[in-house]
Amino acid sequence: MSIDIYVPRDASALSLGAAGVATAIDAEARARRADARVIRNGSRGLYWLEPMVEVVLPEGRWAYGPVKPQDVRSLFDADFLQGGAHPLSQGLTEEIPYLKSQQRLTSARVGVIEPTSIADYVAHGGYIGLRKALAMSQAEIVQSVLDSGLRGRGGAAFPTGIKWKTVLDQPAAQKYVTCNADEGDSGTFSDRMLMEGDPLTLIEGMTIAGIAVGATQGYIYLRVEYPHAYAALNEALNAARQANYLGRDVMGSGRHFELEVRLGAGAYICGEETSMLESLEGKRGEIRVRPPLPAIKGLFGQPTVVNNVVTLATIPIILARGASYYRDFGTGKSRGTLPLQLAGNVRRGGLVERAFGLSLRELLYDYGGGSASGRPIRAVQVGGPLGAYIPASQFDVAIDYEALSGIGALLGHGGVVVFDDTVDMAQMARYAMEFCAIESCGKCTPCRIGSTRGVEVIDRIIGGVERERNLVLLEDLCETMLQGSLCGLGGMTPFPVQSILKHFREDFHAPTRH
Amino acid sequence: MHPLTDLEKAAVLRIVAENKSRPGPLIEILHGVQANLGYVPAAAVPVIAAGLNLSRAEVHGVVTFYHFFRDHPVGRHVVRLCQAESCQAMGAAALTAHAKRRLGIDFHQTSADGAFTLEPVYCLGNCACSPALMIDGDLMGRVTAEDFDAMVTAGSRT
Repeated sequence: MSIDIYVPRDASALSLGAAGVATAIDAEARARRADARVIRNGSRGLYWLEPMVEVVLPEGRWAYGPVKPQDVRSLFDADFLQGGAHPLSQGLTEEIPYLKSQQRLTSARVGVIEPTSIADYVAHGGYIGLRKALAMSQAEIVQSVLDSGLRGRGGAAFPTGIKWKTVLDQPAAQKYVTCNADEGDSGTFSDRMLMEGDPLTLIEGMTIAGIAVGATQGYIYLRVEYPHAYAALNEALNAARQANYLGRDVMGSGRHFELEVRLGAGAYICGEETSMLESLEGKRGEIRVRPPLPAIKGLFGQPTVVNNVVTLATIPIILARGASYYRDFGTGKSRGTLPLQLAGNVRRGGLVERAFGLSLRELLYDYGGGSASGRPIRAVQVGGPLGAYIPASQFDVAIDYEALSGIGALLGHGGVVVFDDTVDMAQMARYAMEFCAIESCGKCTPCRIGSTRGVEVIDRIIGGVERERNLVLLEDLCETMLQGSLCGLGGMTPFPVQSILKHFREDFHAPTRH
Repeated sequence: MHPLTDLEKAAVLRIVAENKSRPGPLIEILHGVQANLGYVPAAAVPVIAAGLNLSRAEVHGVVTFYHFFRDHPVGRHVVRLCQAESCQAMGAAALTAHAKRRLGIDFHQTSADGAFTLEPVYCLGNCACSPALMIDGDLMGRVTAEDFDAMVTAGSRT
């Protein structure tokens, strides 16, 4: 019987040489006349083991990693097609502690299935949610999402069900469902992994959203930095159309839903929902003043659902397993699970999907294994470039929306970037302002001008020019940006800066370098 | 303003015609033009504007708003070096300095042999494998100075 070998097509795995590994395995199998087939899957998200090759054995999938093309011959010599012993052997994939202890709901199929195969998707529980939704009323679907406690995973954490209900309640000839796939926060890649590893989950989630609120057209706004996700999404969309899961008669229900991917063009601000809508309309990505909310007046002036990839990709399991199944994970007002992303200077970076409530320390040390450099971890930035830097003294904080907010931090899209003790936090504060200056849409003054002044003030502090006076000025500027900006870019850029002023102030007092 | 060649103008007109009936087509058109010509020439702006019944200022405003669109030709390969936090935590600053030295250029410039244009980028989603770069459509992770040099050697010939 033919043996299946999985080699990821995930962009990060490819960035470490997965394509060469797949080619080498295929060539070696042919040369040895081995009856084996290479399947390209997504990544399991154990990135220190990528490229991770899995062989399907009777007892389960057996992992080898990190595999280089030059390892392939020795893998065959060690009879890895039968799970043979080899220095790169990691044992049964599902038994690897990093993976075994996770609670993968949203990302359950990522790395497991062949990403754009409808048959594989359906064999792993796909399209059960949509089938159930088609048998429900629109109000019942929305109620289910409300009851699940799901909050927007893009960062704002707004209850998804409330957003959907608002759109459902608007009378309009045309409504839209849009997916914000402009995953621009450094340290985040869960959207990318989902779109590359299980794009049909996102497509199913958007289809359910369309049916729930009465929208017939959806758009995925994808950042141009994700060409692999673009390819996977379009392959999956074609497969879904051909199998009648999209189009004029979704699953024979008579319901209509179309979906299209649109590419962004390298503007971080377009991850802000109103800026994204402007960009989808083909305009400059300048933010809109709210109200009106996009749910009332969104894309092309019509009622529009705007949700993040992870949010929409979580909808199918909520419909398939029921709202209470999902709600029973988590803690307090943070229900369900969150795919956390461990990045930066960390030994075992990757995707960790767990129920809310895990401590930051567990994430950094039990999963991450400490820093990659082996030096002490000094700071972690949670929630992207607009998130606070958290010092080691606060690593016991629980990872949920309220607990992080309680220490002046935020969870955002769940990215965690680790820095060791060589980091210069004054430079990180400067970078926060510089990034805002580069990415500001220019619509409001506190953000457009404030960020540039912020870089200048920090340069003076670093340069030793009237330090105390300029520190006061910096604090004042942060307050102005925070209070006076129109959106989260200018309004939250002060968060990392203020956290550095609070927890790492000594770095502003370093001896000046000339 | 450098005028479009007949071939270039035909390409722009074709891309406009293919997309103009789609909702919100301008950015799709700009992607098409840049994919086809390598950049969005200033002389393409009035052609696109006329095709979509927009003002030249509106089209120019969109071209210049987005970092990805450029109004000048680039080298045979475009290298985007990630400058964001995760890559900084893994030595992006040193890698950037090395890259600039190796190619003899700063960001937004093209090497003397016309092989490489260097651009900064803010996150490639490869944050568990920092530092990262993208050359044309290919992603590279855990990039060392040696990896960069090997890439330059290979890319100089193609």
